[in-house]
Amino acid sequence: MRASVTDLPVKFAEVVILAGGVAILDRVSIDLAAGQPTVLIGPNGSGKTTLLRAAMGLVRASRGRITWGGRETSPPTRRAIVLQRPVHLRRSVAGNVAYALAAAGVPRAQRERRGTELLSLVGLQGLGGRPARQLSGGEQQRLSLARALARDPAVLFLDEPTASLDPVATKEIEDIVRSISGRGVKVVMATHDLGEAKRLAGEIVLLHRGRILESGRAQDFFAAPMTDEGRKFTAGELLV
Amino acid sequence: MQENASAVQLVLSGDPTLFAIVWLSLSVSLSAAFCAAVIGVPLGALLALTRFRGREPVIVVLNALMGLPPVVVGLAVFLALSRSGPLGSWGLLFTPPAMVVAQTVLVTPIIAALTRQTIEDLWVEYRDEFAAMNIGPLRRVVTLVWDARFSLVTTLLAGFGRAAAEVGAIIIVGGNIEGYTRTMTTAIALETSKGDLSLAIGLGMVLISIIILISALAWGARRAGERLAG
Repeated sequence: MRASVTDLPVKFAEVVILAGGVAILDRVSIDLAAGQPTVLIGPNGSGKTTLLRAAMGLVRASRGRITWGGRETSPPTRRAIVLQRPVHLRRSVAGNVAYALAAAGVPRAQRERRGTELLSLVGLQGLGGRPARQLSGGEQQRLSLARALARDPAVLFLDEPTASLDPVATKEIEDIVRSISGRGVKVVMATHDLGEAKRLAGEIVLLHRGRILESGRAQDFFAAPMTDEGRKFTAGELLV
Repeated sequence: MQENASAVQLVLSGDPTLFAIVWLSLSVSLSAAFCAAVIGVPLGALLALTRFRGREPVIVVLNALMGLPPVVVGLAVFLALSRSGPLGSWGLLFTPPAMVVAQTVLVTPIIAALTRQTIEDLWVEYRDEFAAMNIGPLRRVVTLVWDARFSLVTTLLAGFGRAAAEVGAIIIVGGNIEGYTRTMTTAIALETSKGDLSLAIGLGMVLISIIILISALAWGARRAGERLAG
């Protein structure tokens, strides 16, 4: 896996994203640079998913600028995203990974070897022949990670990858995320799970109603949050 | 009762007249279903994946065309292929190719409309993942058609079933000429009016068997899809 900085840092400068006249993201400025995982936290509707999609290049800014490695347009060849509710193609597990490898431009001769490596990396070795849609929820999320990694990304966006998973499946996903991060891939992940944020985050970004309320080192945030919302979140109170 | 026994006898004995009619019917309807698929599947996929002004009315009209009355299609094709019609120089009227043309006109809207619905449903499902994987337009179409293949097989079988069971269009453009353009449905209509119920019942039994076989194949395609692709 390459540790390229092609698309990094991903910079948001006063970004506003409107949907039906409502600001889903409101004057958001943030630098997503190489390093430890950045975890976006906040309640539902706070703008986490929109921020990830915008960082991936799937959503355009209504105002402000988003740049990737200093460029305003960048084909998403070294970025990948795992969506909150990933959909798998109506093919086998190996077929899904092979498709992602083909889409990423990996030569046909290398696809089988790379596919096997990726399935091993996410613990799905031996399940290559199974129809992807018949996997369990946790297995499907791991397959999504394998597919995303087929792009050999420099930055990987994960949108609540453990939502609705049981603790065992959650731990498996978190272990993979650590492993990916350890290989030099920048991970940017959304969650509203306090425990998960504590376990994985190097940096924290707290979003609320489309605005960034706090951002910085996770250690500092959890030790001394600077806003009422941050204090509520770290105390495990409901943030609405 | 006696007619039923005679009909079974005709079928079991492999009566050459009966099986010549069955063979012609199958070849005409299979050819029509094939032509309709070649036109209808890309048309349906295109309609599912493109957005243009007036798209909704086009879909409404296409869906309405699924219920085209066969006799109206027969009349339209008859007028087009008749000597004074725009395609009269082709000399196709009262030939099996004219029957293929009529059934193709009848079946194409069915295949196109069902393909559009199938592909569009899958497109809604896959859209975000395609964007995430940066999949280009051509690869999207190929992927959608491939992943919808089991549903599309059912669509094609439905088209073939419609062609095989219709009588109104082919009797007008084919003329029901014995040994040349007489199919199962036109023969049943004729033999019934003549009172020769044995052949009509025998052909009816074969036709019903074919329809049941189509239904079984559609069911099998669906099951295979679930087993192989999830």
